[in-house]
Formats: sequence, structure tokens, C-alpha cells
Amino acid sequence: MPTLISAKSNWFSSEALWIGLVIVAAYGIIPLAGTDYLLDAVLTPFLALSLAAVGLNVLTGYAGQVSLGSAAFLAVGAYAAYNLHLRFPALPLLIDLVLAGGVAAAIGIVFGLPSLRLRGFYLAVSTLAAQFFVQWALTKFSWFSNDNPSGVIDAPTLSIGGVAFTSPAERYVFTLTVVIVLTLLTLRLLRSQSGRNFIAVRDHEIAARVIGVPLLRTKLLAFAASSFLIGVAGVLWAFAYLRTVEPAGFNLDRSFQILFIIIIGGLASLRGSFIGAAFIVVFPLLLSRIGAALLGSVFDSGVLEMSQRIVIGGLIIVFLSAEPRGLIALWDRAWAAIRPANRSLLPS
Amino acid sequence: MNVMRRLKVLAAALAVGLASTLAARADEQFFPLQSYRVGPYAAGGTGFFGGFIDYLNLINIRDGGINGVKLTWDEGETQYEVERGVEVYERLKSRPGIAAWNPLSVGIAYAMIDRISKDKVPLITINHGRTDSTDGRVFPYVFPLLLNPYSETSGIVNYIASREGGADKLKGKKIVVLYHGSPYGKETIPIYKLLADKYGFELEQIEVPHPGNEQQSQWLSIRRAKPDYVVLRGWGVMNPVALKTAQKVGFPADHIIGNVWSNSEEDVIPAGDAAKGYIAITTQASGAEYPVLQEVIKSVYGANKGNLEDKKRIGSVYHNLGIVNGILNVEAVRIAQAKFGKRTLTGDEVRWGFEHLQLDPARVEALGAKGLFHSINVTWDNHEGDGRVTFQQWDGSKWKVVSDWIAPDWAALRPIIEKSSAAYAKEHSIKIRASGDDQVGQ
Amino acid sequence: MFDYQFLLEVLIGGLLSGVMYSLVAIGFVLIYKTSGVLNFAQGAMLLFAALTFVSLVERGAPFLAALAATLVIMVVLGIATERLVLRPLVNQPPVTLFMATLGLSYVIEGAAQLLWGTQVHGLDIGISDAPFEVAGVLISRFDLFAAAVAGSLVALFALFFRYTRTGLSFRAVADDQFAALAVGLRLPRVWAAVWIVAGIVALVGGLLWGARLGVQFSLSLVVLKALPVLVLGGFDSITGAIVGGLLVGAIEKLAEVYVGPLFGGGIEAWAAYVAALALLLIRPSGLFGQKLVERV
Repeated sequence: MPTLISAKSNWFSSEALWIGLVIVAAYGIIPLAGTDYLLDAVLTPFLALSLAAVGLNVLTGYAGQVSLGSAAFLAVGAYAAYNLHLRFPALPLLIDLVLAGGVAAAIGIVFGLPSLRLRGFYLAVSTLAAQFFVQWALTKFSWFSNDNPSGVIDAPTLSIGGVAFTSPAERYVFTLTVVIVLTLLTLRLLRSQSGRNFIAVRDHEIAARVIGVPLLRTKLLAFAASSFLIGVAGVLWAFAYLRTVEPAGFNLDRSFQILFIIIIGGLASLRGSFIGAAFIVVFPLLLSRIGAALLGSVFDSGVLEMSQRIVIGGLIIVFLSAEPRGLIALWDRAWAAIRPANRSLLPS
Repeated sequence: MNVMRRLKVLAAALAVGLASTLAARADEQFFPLQSYRVGPYAAGGTGFFGGFIDYLNLINIRDGGINGVKLTWDEGETQYEVERGVEVYERLKSRPGIAAWNPLSVGIAYAMIDRISKDKVPLITINHGRTDSTDGRVFPYVFPLLLNPYSETSGIVNYIASREGGADKLKGKKIVVLYHGSPYGKETIPIYKLLADKYGFELEQIEVPHPGNEQQSQWLSIRRAKPDYVVLRGWGVMNPVALKTAQKVGFPADHIIGNVWSNSEEDVIPAGDAAKGYIAITTQASGAEYPVLQEVIKSVYGANKGNLEDKKRIGSVYHNLGIVNGILNVEAVRIAQAKFGKRTLTGDEVRWGFEHLQLDPARVEALGAKGLFHSINVTWDNHEGDGRVTFQQWDGSKWKVVSDWIAPDWAALRPIIEKSSAAYAKEHSIKIRASGDDQVGQ
Repeated sequence: MFDYQFLLEVLIGGLLSGVMYSLVAIGFVLIYKTSGVLNFAQGAMLLFAALTFVSLVERGAPFLAALAATLVIMVVLGIATERLVLRPLVNQPPVTLFMATLGLSYVIEGAAQLLWGTQVHGLDIGISDAPFEVAGVLISRFDLFAAAVAGSLVALFALFFRYTRTGLSFRAVADDQFAALAVGLRLPRVWAAVWIVAGIVALVGGLLWGARLGVQFSLSLVVLKALPVLVLGGFDSITGAIVGGLLVGAIEKLAEVYVGPLFGGGIEAWAAYVAALALLLIRPSGLFGQKLVERV
């Protein structure tokens, strides 16, 4: 058996090594070598959506509560950070970021209350109430947008302790750091007793109660943690990526997009959230570039776009039926295939 | 010998090739287009960008470009979504010789203000956009040409006044504004209030939640309020539903006045009979009888290069808006060329052109657009350019102009705009320009 | 003085709007009941049906021929959905199935616009929206017509479920899939049938909504109106869909007219959801939904 154990730890450490390498590359090479387009229009939104997906994964993947209202919490985070920055200019941006996440978490708890009574799609549809209510409130009360007549606000520059993050590379590094730190903290949470409680509630609520898992606290904690992460992702989305905040951008389609990321990437997998986000953000861009390059002279952009929609929709169905556990399962299988020595270790 | 000859041929070919690439680079002006041909607003996108491209094509085909400078463009689909618009911006912004950006979306325009100000390229938001960007002292690169939302509001009220027989007759009248539940819809709320106080008419503003496919309760409230006029500040599917529901509660269509995003064929055709008699504001008349449109039909569609799939839409409201947008962009470049030379201009030079975009009715006629739009008079500090508006009535199959060219009350609106732009300047620590003679970047 | 006549008018208007919501909700219920899928593509199907119909009519097809052709297309779509989407995903968790129907809605929307273009079409089915007056209350002919259509549709379904073999197998499958399998019912065939029926409901809903809104992309957004109906009425009850629709219509209008002004209006978008939520806290499976029995 000792060989098996060492093989297993080897396998783990080699993956950890790879993740480490990716992080080094993400900090060391990409900001220097990446074009503005790559940094600003691909990587920054990818990171922000990854974080949102990590947040939703905590709730849906680990704690088993489906939510269709993620975009609302993105919006709450973005608007909270904007207002904190505006009304308490003395607060450093990092504190704004944390407090914005806190506001999102508080609202998440409120909209999480029905989860104590509701299951499945009844709960999912009830989270739509959050989606529509938040969007309505943010457009309705112009206080949230500082009485800006058109309700669209410009995000302030990112700066920490006098250091401003203004270039695409700097904004990317800022986003990357926030995402990595929060992902690591999430990992810690999931490996704690609370994280195990999440899974117990997901797998069998009644059984979880029987063995003494506090349902109320666990579910609300899941909603709070998830909303916190999504709220911070909203700040990154609005401040680091779009640099403008408008309620229309946080619509139902965005909620679905985040749900897609975790389902395609793999439920209950943080790495899956990143892979899924990469797929959802990068793949349509690639498809549209390839389509435009190959067929752009023949068809107009509308026809290409609709064809892409069909392709993406079709691919989603194919993926879901080919690998319902998500891209991460494919990834793990690929890993196992590269290292045949470990094959016996994996459940078949 | 043979070798020498070959070398010579090669050298000649290289020279020609080099020259042509140089020439190509020197002689092109590029228009990046963040178009939307898919999704809920596709009808507007295909019409507007179709018209814009048709006019650019006309200039290339008929005139060989602007003074020999060819016009080029590339489209990126946005579906009217902000982040796709940003992606397209980042994708196309490094292309050489960009003249101006024309997103036709408030959301995308907002996300771009920071970016284009840094890149020093003009951003054109014809008939929409951020109202306070009219103040060129604070927003040197943003141009809400022809009509900003405040002017639109004032134009509509002036029209109602003229129908009632003078501004003094507005007193005691009742107007309901039915607006789309979005930042766009809410933008004019304070202006209607302001004008209601000024003219003494009674005002009620009712919100329709997005997307607006159900308006029973709003129209029942309107029926109870018994207003003299309803102003429809709608968007997309909200417009036909408003007209249909108005018919359902028995409100006459000819007392509903549509704003500039409720004025297209796409807004009335789905409403069928219910739209007959409905009136809407516009900055550009519809119809294909204007010389410039006839030339588009002849030179562009005749050469099978027309952009609209359905030729019946030539001369429709959105198509003509695209044509007018084309005229304004092309003329700005032409004016800038007169100062800086007949070559590819930098974005900042084109900005100078827009700041001197003065087309009087005589010039508009010379461009073949008499009656299509009135005139424009952009200056360094007034980026809207005093656009006139007119009103059109739907007769069941086409729009008919039913008013003169009406001037909004610019003087009354300017202080509100300056207050807002001053706040923006302060928030973003922008130095307010004192004159239009500042340095033009190369 | 409180204006009771106005209240009545709002109430009737709301109930009649509610009928239109029910028409969309029924399509959801049929599929959910038999295969446990919340079919988000119902809106796309509605759009597809209406767009196909209107495009055929505009290309000169007579009304009935266009209707028949659209019907055939919807049947093919139903069978294809069962074969290509549902069957490979059998036994997957509900969320996965839901996501698959979202993917399906992209495909259908894309295909519909690719085939027929992104133009806005008017659709005239010959029933005017012009109102007539009953005791001072305006009632639209079109609304009454829609209510009649919805009523007959429900009556037809009732007969179908009670007296036909396929209807009976629907009910058997809805009751207990395993038992249905055990007695030899062919699930895929039942599923295909139910998707076909949902397609037909989409066609009816598409025509009525299309006549009201115009046939355009936004037509697919009417699903959002159906979701609170489902929550209120229960995902698996046709009666629930009808009652829920009426309730949502009435609540929405009353809330907008009487509560809306307190907040400055526009609360319709979420009022129905809040009402549905409040009810759910008392009855977690909606008014008519099957109560979930959990076995440990």
C-alpha cells in the first residue's frame, strides 16, 4: 500500500505544481506578454465571472440550493461598492470591496430564507424574485446611482494606498489577486466543518438533520458566503472590467450564464468554475473570430451570430449528455490518461 | 542577363507592392461598427447600421471616398449588450485610421466614454446618449448629435403646445408620460417636471416594467386619469403593446405622442390598426424620395452592394437615421480634411471636424438631404448642434410628416446640462476647456 | 369615495391578462408533469411557432395551410427534441435538464431568426382589440377570445387525458415513471407525444401573444410571466396553471394600480413573484402541486 499512497500524493502534488505554475505564469508572464485586448476584454471578465461561479458553486454545487438570481448579487456588490466609495471617500478601496461583499451577503441571507421551506425549482423560481426586485430597486431609486439622470454610473479608478491600477495589465493583476485570495479562502471554508455541513445538506437534508447539522445556519451560511463572493465579483466586473455600472447588465441572462459556467465546468468543483468560465467567456469569442475570418465575407455579422448561437446551444446539450459531471470530469480523466500509473487509483 | 531582368521585375513588383500598402494605409478612414443584428433590438440595429453602411458605400462608389480617402468599416456583433460592446471596442481599437465610434446604445456609449477620451477618438451618439455630454467643454470627444434626451422632451412639449394653439394654452392640460422602466426611460423625469411647472400643465409619469409586454394596469390608470395627451417613451416591444392596449381602453391614438425611440415602422406595424393616427417625434423624415436616398438606391443597391436584406426597408425611420448618421460622419471628416489635409486623419483631427460640423439648410440641400433632416450647427462647446425635430403620423402604411421643423428650448435646458457636466468634471477632475482652440493631437 | 367600478375593471382586466399567462404556463406543466423537466425553451418554441406561421402567411400561404404547416413543423420539433435532447439526458438531475433546455432555447431562437430573419412582424388573426362596454366596464373582444381558446384547450386536454390511450399513459407516467415502465409503457414515446402537445400549446400561445405583441424576438420573454404562475399553481397541475394564471394576472394589476403608487410604480415585474413566494411559505408545492413525500 505505501506505493499507492505515495502515488496518490504524487498525483495531487503534481496537480498542485501545475496550478502553481499557472499562477506564476498568470502573474509573471501574462501581464507582460498579453495584449491589451487579451487582458482587458478576455482575462479580466473571465476572472470576474470565475469568482461569481465559485460563489454560485458554493451554494448550488456544494450546498445543493439552485439559484437563478446570481446577477442580482453581482449588481448589489457593484452598487454597494460604488455608494461606499462615493459616500465614505475616506474608506480604502479594499474595505469597500469587503463591505460590498458584506452587503451582498446580507441581502443573500434575506433571499435565502425561503430555502428553509422550498426545494428544487420552487426555490429556483423564488430566487427570481431577488433577480427582479434588485434590478427594479436599483433603477427605481436614483439614490443608488447618485441621482445620475440616466442611472448609469462611472466606476471610480481602482487604487490601493495611493497606487492606482489604471492600465489593463494593472487591472488584471488586481482582479487576479482578489480572485486568488477569495478562492483560497473559499477552499478553506469548504474544507471546514461548515463545508462538510453544506455537502450533508445537499446529499440528504433529513439525514443531515438527524446527524445534527444545523439546517438553518448551514443554509443561510451557504447563501451568505455565496452572495459575498458573487458581490465581490460584481465589484470586479463593474470596476475593473466594464468601468461603468448599469442595472441592465445584471439581467437574467447573466444569472443563467453563471449557472451555465458551473454546470458546464462541473458542480462542486472550484477548478470546474474556472474551466467553465473559460469555456463560456472564451469559446464564443473564438467562435466569432473564426466565423468572421472564414465566412465574414460571405455572411453578415447577424447571420454569423445566429449560427454561433445555434452552435453554442447545441454544444451545451452535447456536453451535458456526454459528460454530465462537467468539463472538470473530462479534465480529470485526461490527467489520469497522461499518468497511466494512477489509473488504478481512480474509481472506474 | 536573365537574372538581372528577374531581379528588376522583382524590385518593381516590390516597389509597387510597397507603394500600394503605403497608399492603402494613407488613404483609408476606418469606421468600427458595434452593430446589433441579433436579439431583441435587431430591427433597430439592422436598419441603422444598414443605412450607415449604405451611405459609406455610396461615398466610396460614387465619389471614390472622401477626397480620395476610401472609407472602410468592420462590424462586431453586440446584441445591444454592454460587455460585448466593450469586447468589440477592445478588439477594433488598435485598427489604423479610426474616424469615430457609433454604437447606437446608451449603455455601450457610457462604458466607452473613459476609453475613447483616453484614446482621443470621437464617440457619436446620434439622437441618444448622455445628455450632459452636450457640453463639449467637459466632454471633448462625445457628440450626442442632433438631439439629446432633454431637447427631445422640450420638442415634444413644444409640439403639443403648437397643437393646442400656443404655449399659454398648455395651462390646465393634463399629460401622462408612459416610460420604459430603465435608466433610459427615467432620464427625462425631471425635465418633464420642470416643463410642467414652467407651462402649468398637469403631469403624471407612469412606469412600464421591462420589457413591457403587459400594460393593462398602466392604461387603466391612464383611462382613469383622462389625460389630454400621452407621451410614449418606449423601447422595443413596449411600443406596439402600448398602442394596442390604448385601443383596448379606448384612448385615441392621435393623442399619443411617441418619443424618438418609439417612432419607427417596427414600433407600429405589430400594432396593426391600433397604430393608425399615432404621432411620433423624429429628427429625420422617413421615405425614399430624397435625392440622397435615390442615389443610394441607384449606386449602392443597383451595384448589389446594399446592406438591407429587405429592400422594402429602404427609407424606413431607422434606415434614414443611419443615412443621416453617415452624412454627419462623412461631412465631419470632410471638414477636418479641409483643415488638416486630404489624408487619413487621426481621431483627434476628426474630433475637430465634428466640432466644426456646421451644415446649414443650403448645404443639406446640396447633399441631397433637403427635407430629410433640417440642419446642424455643432461647436466646440455645443456638441448636440441645435438639431430640429419634426412630427410624423402613421397612416396605417407609412409615416407622414405633420409639422414644421420645431426647435426645442435649448436655452432653458443648457443650465441643467452645465450643472450636470460640472459635477462630472469635478468627480473626474477634468479641466473644463475654455475655448475650442486647444491642441489637436496627431 | 372609493371607486368600485374601477376596481372591478382592474380586476377583470387582470383576470383576462392572466388567461394569456396560463396559456404559456400550460406548456410548462405538460412537460414537467411527465418528464420532470422545467422546459425553459417553451418561450423559444412559442417564438418559433409564431414566426414560422407569420412568415408563411407573409409569403402568401393561406391561413389554414400556414397553420397546418406550422403544426407539422412543431410536431417534428417535438420528436427531435425528445430524440436529441431528452433521451441522451435521461436520469440526469433536474438542474442539468433545465440547463439543457436553455441550450435548446438558444438553438431554437437562433434557428428561428436564421430561417425567418430578425424583422418585426404584425400578426392579425382577425380578432380586434377594440373594446365593448358592459355596465361601464370595458372588455376587449380579443381578451374574451383568448379566454375562450384557453378554456377549450383545457377542456380538450381533460377529455384527452380521460378518454384516450395516450392520455392515460401520460397520467400513468406522471404518476409513477417506474410503475409505468413496469406495465410496459414506452416512456420515449410518451415523452415525444408530450413534447408535441407542448409544441401545439406553444403554437396557440404564440399566435395569441403574437397578435398582441407583434411577432418578434421579445415574444420569447413571455416565459417570465409564466414562471410565477407555475410557482403559484404548482409545476405539475393544469388546473393550477389556469387558477395560478388568473391569480397572477389579478394580483399584478391590483398591486400595480393600488400599491404601485406608494413606490412610484413599476412593481409589476416582481409583485407576482413576491405573492407567489408568500404563498409558497405556507404551501411549499403551490396551490395545486403534488406534495413532495420524502422518504428517508
